[in-house]
Amino acid sequence: MNKKAVNILQLYPNSMNIYGDYGNVLVLKRRLQWYGYTPQLIAYNPGDKFPMDIDIIVGGGGQDSGQLKIQSDLVSIGPRLKKLADQDVPMLMICGLYQLFGKFFKTAGGETIDGIGLLDTETYGKSERLIGNIIIDSDDFGLILGYENHSGQTYLGKKAKPLGLVRLGAGNNTKDGYEGARYRNVIGSYLHGSLLPKNPAIADFLIKTAVIKKYGEFSGDAIDDQYVELARKTAIKHPR
Amino acid sequence: MLKSYVTILGKAVRAATRLRGGGSAFPGLVVERIDPDFIKRTLTSLPRGVVIVSGTNGKTTTTKMVVELLEGQGLRVFTNRTGSNFTRGVAAALLGEIDLHGKLHTDIAVLELDEAHAVHFVRTIPPRYSLILNVMRDQLDRFGEIDSTANLLRIIANATSNTVVLNREDRRIADLQNSLITQQVRFFGLSDDLLATFPCDDQLHGGISLSSTINADVSLTKFDGHNATFQLGDRLIKTPLKLSGIYNVYNAAAAFALVRAILGEEVDEKSLVNTLANITPAFGRGEKFIINDQPLELVLVKNPSGFRLGLQSFDPSGYATMIAINDNYADGRDLSWLWDVPFESLQTDGVKQISGMRAYDMALRLQYDEVSIDSVEPKIGRAFKRFMASDKQQPKRIYCTYTAMLALRRQIGKIVDVESIG
Repeated sequence: MNKKAVNILQLYPNSMNIYGDYGNVLVLKRRLQWYGYTPQLIAYNPGDKFPMDIDIIVGGGGQDSGQLKIQSDLVSIGPRLKKLADQDVPMLMICGLYQLFGKFFKTAGGETIDGIGLLDTETYGKSERLIGNIIIDSDDFGLILGYENHSGQTYLGKKAKPLGLVRLGAGNNTKDGYEGARYRNVIGSYLHGSLLPKNPAIADFLIKTAVIKKYGEFSGDAIDDQYVELARKTAIKHPR
Repeated sequence: MLKSYVTILGKAVRAATRLRGGGSAFPGLVVERIDPDFIKRTLTSLPRGVVIVSGTNGKTTTTKMVVELLEGQGLRVFTNRTGSNFTRGVAAALLGEIDLHGKLHTDIAVLELDEAHAVHFVRTIPPRYSLILNVMRDQLDRFGEIDSTANLLRIIANATSNTVVLNREDRRIADLQNSLITQQVRFFGLSDDLLATFPCDDQLHGGISLSSTINADVSLTKFDGHNATFQLGDRLIKTPLKLSGIYNVYNAAAAFALVRAILGEEVDEKSLVNTLANITPAFGRGEKFIINDQPLELVLVKNPSGFRLGLQSFDPSGYATMIAINDNYADGRDLSWLWDVPFESLQTDGVKQISGMRAYDMALRLQYDEVSIDSVEPKIGRAFKRFMASDKQQPKRIYCTYTAMLALRRQIGKIVDVESIG
């Protein structure tokens, strides 16, 4: 049984959970089960011992108070996270943790909050909130559908690729038309809604990458995705 | 002369809009444009002032309870009971009540206002009393984050001149007392036993629940589905209730505390408890209809904590369940919150019918909690007919978002009498 275990680490689920981020974890857990694997969910909160043997890492968005609670702990585990990223561990970071996986967040008040620099990105707090349904186009995952709600605007450095190009909505910022960032198997994005339920291609990318890395191959019967196909059809026709 | 002209015009627009159906805030908008001082002038003249009920969940039911409790004590009460809880809704409701000289013949106004609109409202019309129910993550796309929502509630509390009534069990709300200097502060609360049933936002997301040392003016100590026990000081008062759903009953403790603060020594406690026993839920808040000899219940859900409490309060066994999810502005455009609600309690009986503009998002959500689904039909009229035609011998329950509820009430109105909601 444990032979096919896949360990999912939730980063700071107590503080960084604001936009239905649990949905991403649930989708990974269920799809792994449906494919015949045994998912193990491990919660990591500030001060916890950082676990060994992690196959997928997921993190979400928080309020300002939540971000303050975890920021120094995140910086302290930053080197470990970077090492795992360089070992090609798949990760998904949404909103707040996407920002803090970058180099820094400069608030609207001018204060600079250090990130861990795993992603080559910089984020600047603005007074305007970018809110609404969003659709982006990506080479690897096709159309990605979600909802965005953020006041930080993120810019990519040379080492980061965007997750996709914005078709509807704002994305990383109001200027360059990019959304999200990728580095090796790490994905950062502002999309929630939640992201993975509506975009199973990304869920399966995280799952297959983790399983192949751990077991050398992936097997599993196709999942009945009729509801998500219909939900995506609705979302594509929806206004901002 | 001009003022009464505006009043007549507004009343005419209101009548016309009602004939057309829907749009309860629109006549208010017309008057607000022509005579911006209209609400202020009318409300500040009331002898017992203005009371505001705010918070994320339960405003409508609680406001209804406060109004009925005050009326039961002989007061004439103005309220915005149209379910349109924005300033314009208040203006629209006023138009229905005032005479042609613009006079409102009531003692007190009890208004339900959501946080963001209440902040603007109190700047013009400071309330004499306010009741702050809770702060939970709601429609984040509208108000930003929960801490900023709590700050909006703080502004309401600070603007209050006489007494602020706060929820002792919601840390962000109880903490508002620290910024209140000139106001009196009272609390409503729960016994330690019941505390576990009412997760506040932090507990829903992994935090811990702490029992409080602050004394509550009214606390709910017991509820068995039909009878509730409230503690007032060291006295226990037991009463049967027509309200269903334990969160409605906790709101009764809130209403109780507020009315005691407003009336002070004048309160006739026995008749107050009698009135409370006969209060029925507000529309869509566990409201019950009888169709084909079977009950049909409507449960409004608009955020994860409300949906969670709804699922906890109503036992699904023996019931046919339908869920209708829209994502119009009034419902909240962001559907992320559905993923913060656990649906495992529906696994045994499954869900008969899913509907609404985002029916397939809801179906997807249930798929991941392994809840079986009989039918998905986004069009609410068609889905409702299908739902009513199946399992005729079973009681039925529909969980629905705000605008889905309005659509469902129109459907129900074709079969039985439904109270107008303006």
